[in-house]
Amino acid sequence: MSGPKTLYDKIWDAHVVQQDADGTCLLYIDRHLVHEVTSPQAFEGLRMTGRSVRAPEKTIAVPDHNVPTTEGRDKHIDNEESRIQVEALDRNARDFGINYYPVSDIRQGIVHIVGPEQGWTLPGMTVVCGDSHTATHGAFGALAHGIGTSEVEHVLATQTLIQKKSKNMKVEITGHLRPGVTAKDITLSVIGATGTAGGTGYVIEYCGQAIRDLSMEGRMTVCNMAIEGGARAGLIAPDEKTFDYVMGRPHAPKGAQWEAALAWWKTLFTDEGAHFDKVVTIRGEDIAPVVTWGTSPEDVLPITGAVPSPEDFKGGKVEAAARSLEYMGLVPGTKLTDVKIDTVFIGSCTNGRIEDLRAAAAILKGKKIAEGMRAMVVPGSGLVRAQAEEEGLAQIFIDAGFEWRLAGCSMCLAMNPDQLSPGERCAATSNRNFEGRQGRGGRTHLMSPAMAAAAAVTGHLTDVRDFL
Amino acid sequence: MDKFETLTGIAAPMPLVNIDTDMIIPKQFLKTIKRSGLGKNLFDEMRYNSDGSEIADFVLNQPAYRDAQILVAGDNFGCGSSREHAPWALLDFGIRCVISTSFADIFFNNCFKNGILPVVLPQEAVDVLMEDARKGANARITVNLEEQTVTTSDGKSFGFDVDPFKKHCLINGLDDIGLTLEKVGAIDTYEAATSQSRPWV
Ligand code: SF4
Repeated sequence: MSGPKTLYDKIWDAHVVQQDADGTCLLYIDRHLVHEVTSPQAFEGLRMTGRSVRAPEKTIAVPDHNVPTTEGRDKHIDNEESRIQVEALDRNARDFGINYYPVSDIRQGIVHIVGPEQGWTLPGMTVVCGDSHTATHGAFGALAHGIGTSEVEHVLATQTLIQKKSKNMKVEITGHLRPGVTAKDITLSVIGATGTAGGTGYVIEYCGQAIRDLSMEGRMTVCNMAIEGGARAGLIAPDEKTFDYVMGRPHAPKGAQWEAALAWWKTLFTDEGAHFDKVVTIRGEDIAPVVTWGTSPEDVLPITGAVPSPEDFKGGKVEAAARSLEYMGLVPGTKLTDVKIDTVFIGSCTNGRIEDLRAAAAILKGKKIAEGMRAMVVPGSGLVRAQAEEEGLAQIFIDAGFEWRLAGCSMCLAMNPDQLSPGERCAATSNRNFEGRQGRGGRTHLMSPAMAAAAAVTGHLTDVRDFL
Repeated sequence: MDKFETLTGIAAPMPLVNIDTDMIIPKQFLKTIKRSGLGKNLFDEMRYNSDGSEIADFVLNQPAYRDAQILVAGDNFGCGSSREHAPWALLDFGIRCVISTSFADIFFNNCFKNGILPVVLPQEAVDVLMEDARKGANARITVNLEEQTVTTSDGKSFGFDVDPFKKHCLINGLDDIGLTLEKVGAIDTYEAATSQSRPWV
């Protein structure tokens, strides 16, 4: 008899193909998501060795990272290197017979938004992608993590990965969130508390009342940034909200298969008394609307705070903080709400879903962005975009002065033409504030969609609660 | 993949913590569809001015470290994006070993797949190696994977742990995919069983 298991243990055990004496496992992969930037060398490897894709029906490809988000991109992409990558993905999808959503397809979008939207991501699955934010799919109780290109090739050829099990970590958010506090504030606050290496070697299970209360969109936002806390993956046990979200999606099971799937999914929770190697508990009531001030996602402060000074830190972080502040052009002691913003970016796999656009539009309704502000919304998928247009959100953004773009990663990583200039300061709903992430010399403050919308209106970092 | 047995080389000190993969290889260089040629853009934004000229202070631009094969780095090296272009760029520059107190997970795995050895050591050991690395080209550090030791130029030695399977692959230059395809029977069996138990997958 085996003892009580965590959710992670259960999913892991269901996917072990073979285990070696030292604990190294061959783990079966149920879904493999592919995009244009981290896959060309993997397909090239298959061709060079004469190997094929083992399970093309479980492999889904979509171009997202460096596609332009302006009209006409289905006809022509100006940047030659981007065009070559997108064309390579077109060709690889065709040659190897994998599921594909080209830019001309309304279902195209950011890979981590398309997977759940199309019902490819289901509870209890193993999901991988050559992208670190694959953790997003953990919101469904799927074990999902990013892999490198050699592993992309390994999964293409064998539908498995060579893995060792991580440790179990529980992050519990108790009680209720206060008004104006969102999933993004939860996930940033957790990283602020544990550091960007706090989750290294662990798979995190998020639980507690405040997590249960989140919508599926919010849960995806939380799991999305598990990787920023260093964790291999983030997980949330599936429940009725999960099943409701999945039901009826194009690739979700139907009929008798749905019933069978549901019966298994309902067993996917952490058993009473199961062991966690590390536990972090945060009171939902203690979480404030937060922003980042530095160049690491752990550089998190409540919006009511002030820019810290390097002396507030210890060890290697002193130098890192000094470097961050210089890069960010911030003076210690400045109130965060006094920091002026040039650009607002709403989008990414962290916050590019319909609920995120609704939250931002609720703040912007009937208002205009500040003088001189550049603001853009990049919906996470063509379907999110269409829905936002139908709900009248697009018009609210346009009337406020936002650019209304086509779906893609866009200014989350600025591989396409959407970039910051040196010194330009951006309120962003994405997930990384690294140096140069949004363009060389660009300065990124991470926050929730509602906070980003508020900053667009006032022209400086703003406490969204002033708008409630 | 090139084998990794013993390496004696110049080590460059990079004490900064949280060196992320965006710093190691900025995204504008991810547009390639090849694995090679990224070494010239390794640490691009720390290494070059906007006009393309070198930033003299940056460690790998200093004459002593231009041929470095080892990096001694601050905590949490390789965090951020999963891009395998980071180890490709390190390798293309000539780095075969990175030593730190901790690494981000995906980067750590990616290193082994490309013949780079990431070595985790306690802070005290990294401090000693960092000091040694600061001596420049006169100090050569030796990394012996078989023995699992790192030795400074003046003979101080530190043992490190490494996963036995990863060590085996690295020492023999083995390709993971080839190894896994030898187990194709087990994969077939697993697929046949789950097509019954979880037919919706
Ligand atoms: S939106 Fe950003 S984080 Fe998400 S997949 Fe695209 S580049 Fe990565």
